[in-house]
Amino acid sequence: MIKVEFLGPIGKEPVEIDAKTLAEVAAALKRDPELEKWLETAAVAVNDTMVDSLEVTLKDGDRVSLLPPVCGG
Amino acid sequence: MATGFRFFLPYAAVDAMLLISKGPLEVEKIFTRWYGAEHKNNYGAMVSFVGTVREENGIEALSFDLYRPVLQAWFDEWQKRLGEKGAYLAMAHSEGDVPAHKSSFMCAIFSPKRRVALEMLDAFVEDFKANAPIWKYDVVEGKRLYAADRSTPMAGSGLLAGDEK
Repeated sequence: MIKVEFLGPIGKEPVEIDAKTLAEVAAALKRDPELEKWLETAAVAVNDTMVDSLEVTLKDGDRVSLLPPVCGG
Repeated sequence: MATGFRFFLPYAAVDAMLLISKGPLEVEKIFTRWYGAEHKNNYGAMVSFVGTVREENGIEALSFDLYRPVLQAWFDEWQKRLGEKGAYLAMAHSEGDVPAHKSSFMCAIFSPKRRVALEMLDAFVEDFKANAPIWKYDVVEGKRLYAADRSTPMAGSGLLAGDEK
């Protein structure tokens, strides 16, 4: 299973998804209407490394993190 | 070295230059440590920035969440980039609430001569605003409200909303 974490203001508890690629995670998350606006603007990390492709392959125990728009300082 | 800032030790010293603090930063103490590190290590220039919470729009405080693993990786990448120019980076940021007139963000770049530090500070702070994984909230009547309209999507945002492949 893949653990998906929602950081900062998304304010949603982590979920576990059965997926083999980031594209499959995306497909699963798109079914949650609560997440629609966040998917448009969130960046993504896999095991704390930022990624830029849906073709990233995942293995059991991997963590996917959604990082919404930021404003430090 | 008595200060705890060991500029010329290898990688482990890098961690010490990213300070995360609960609540407001102790600006004077942090500056004293950074400044001590600057002149003891023969850097000719230290260029710094301090971000202080302004009293406006009825806010009592700002509040911050951050995600340390990605923040550290982002910081380390900057440290490496500056190291290639002979410069060095220090940064401090608050987690949790910071009341008006207190400071939540400090950074300094040290370089042998002024030009690199002056130029890179601007680039660093701009990238900080765009890509450091830190989330800001206004605190109004005790409630935290996400500062969505002042926030910037990070590089690579919207990936999961894209077409499946």
